[in-house]
Amino acid sequence: MAGLGPTGGRAARTYAGRGPLLILPAWVIIGIFLVLPILIMATYSFLTKEFRGGVIWEPTLAAYDQFFFDRGLFGDEQPKIEWTYILIFWRSIWQAGLATLLCLLIGFPTAWFIATRPAHSRTVWLFLITVPYWVNLLIRTISMKFLIRDNGPMNQWLLNAGLIDEPIHIINTNLAVQLGLFYSYLPFMVLPIYAAVERYNFALSEAAADLYASRWVTLTQVIIPVVKPGIIAGCILVFVPSLGAFLAPDLLGGAKNFMIGSLIEEQFKGAAGNWPFGAAAAMILLSMVLIVLIVYARNQDRESA
Amino acid sequence: MKTLKTAASALALSLMASVATAEGKLSIYHWFEYIPQELLDKFAAEYDVEVTLDTYDSNEALLAALKAGKLGQYDVAVPGDYMVEILGNEGMLDTFTDDEMPNKGNILPQWADVSFDPGRKSSIPYQWGSTSFSVNRDVYSGNIQTTDIIFNPPEELKGKINVLDTAGETLTFASLHLGIPQCSTDREQLKALNDLVQNAKANWASFGSDVAKDVLVSGDAAAGMIWNGFGMKAREEGANIEYAYPDQGYIVWMDNVVLLKDAPNRDNALKFMNFLLEPENAAAVTNYARYTAGVAGVEPFLDEALKTAPELNPPAGGNPQFVQACPEEVQKVYDTIWTNLKK
Repeated sequence: MAGLGPTGGRAARTYAGRGPLLILPAWVIIGIFLVLPILIMATYSFLTKEFRGGVIWEPTLAAYDQFFFDRGLFGDEQPKIEWTYILIFWRSIWQAGLATLLCLLIGFPTAWFIATRPAHSRTVWLFLITVPYWVNLLIRTISMKFLIRDNGPMNQWLLNAGLIDEPIHIINTNLAVQLGLFYSYLPFMVLPIYAAVERYNFALSEAAADLYASRWVTLTQVIIPVVKPGIIAGCILVFVPSLGAFLAPDLLGGAKNFMIGSLIEEQFKGAAGNWPFGAAAAMILLSMVLIVLIVYARNQDRESA
Repeated sequence: MKTLKTAASALALSLMASVATAEGKLSIYHWFEYIPQELLDKFAAEYDVEVTLDTYDSNEALLAALKAGKLGQYDVAVPGDYMVEILGNEGMLDTFTDDEMPNKGNILPQWADVSFDPGRKSSIPYQWGSTSFSVNRDVYSGNIQTTDIIFNPPEELKGKINVLDTAGETLTFASLHLGIPQCSTDREQLKALNDLVQNAKANWASFGSDVAKDVLVSGDAAAGMIWNGFGMKAREEGANIEYAYPDQGYIVWMDNVVLLKDAPNRDNALKFMNFLLEPENAAAVTNYARYTAGVAGVEPFLDEALKTAPELNPPAGGNPQFVQACPEEVQKVYDTIWTNLKK
């Protein structure tokens, strides 16, 4: 993943020895906007909760204890394993995973279709893919709600067409959340895959066919390995934001069940006012995502080595 | 070196400039959809002040923002009754004298001295109202004057109920249903509260506060917990709904404009608060938000519809209750109940 740096002889001479200086702006930005907030969050997760929000500067593991151990309604029972938050995390991971799979199933053929058009119409197709995303995510999510509600246009049309006898109940279900996530993040799947497919050398497919490979074998043994970086980039771009999403679960799912995002929000904005716990939940989420990305990077290194 | 000097003097100049214009500013932190733009424009024109408005969607969100460092950025905010007390205890409020608030005498006697701010030293009334629920009469025609509608609903309403997405109001309402005191420390009562909401959830379609009106108007919900003025707006937007005053009780609240500590424009904040105590201006808020003012003499300025609206004219008697700010050990149990409910 890491760049190899300037390889051209002249460029190397021009910039010789100034590397650290040139990379400084990037480090400053990463330091201020990434590392510093994470350090603050990590610190807060180990502090004592102050009643009604805020922290007391006394180190404690109480936030992590709350995450992993169940001490009953009144907090004085023998600790058991706490399933509540694991369940919430699992629900989010499952929803995000499913959304990623759906995006991949629709996004890959779409990207393939666009990449195989003549050059001038590709621009138009790409343009059409991005147009809906000029509109704010919140507005698109609310519009989705209008479309799918029991007496909304979708159900009205199906009823009028005689395809159904009573409205399909989608709003406030997990299906609605799924639909919202899928719609929100589809272009993040299409665009990286498109970029990979566009560079694909179609002579490889022809060569495979010449060697009596079936279409299925060509797809799985030739095409997918070549465009795999695009697929993986797309999956990460869809999975990670879906994991923390709270607009779709709140607006389309009726906020009936916490997702990771809304659980964390509640700790800061809600009556609980439990900042250390919110920070701890965020840290646990961050660690999980990091572990997945590191494992992925390791595998990549091993494959390319 | 020269450029550094120039930059420094430019910085100094711009600082001075911002100080100079800051005298004509007012920064408000307010609920969503709760003040008409025309009223802000009127104040801005009358006092030559530049008004900025940011919004929040719950008392707890206001507290969280102030705690997270917004104190000192805003001049006034509009917390509900129990939150005025909390902000006061947290040392987040400034006080004013009677001389600084010439219109203080306009406050209705019953709101002039309140338990959450004795003597009205930091706050003035904004609007007051109630929290209960509205029911779609096309869907259900039976008796709605009972909290069973939400917690033990009739067949017609099952799976079509929206409750407010704030632990404070929804759990207080559940306590009224059970007839247990707020902030009870009795374990059996708290367990009963936990069981009640756990079982009732199966009949609820959604949790939502800012969408409480929308779900009733659109028909996504056939019954929903709602604030009275918001419920009136929903009815005026065409929903055939009726607002209930259940026998078990309902919640009353008062929102108050408070002078925040370290207000950057304290003088303008006082002018604004005094401005809101003018009957005409208090009535403008009422006409917009559909709640009730705490100021005398608003009647001539009120919309005709407000005088007879069932949402604003509760029946005599009943059991109105203010939400109490619970002590830490009870709040902790409430948090657990709420998380259990939404896991």
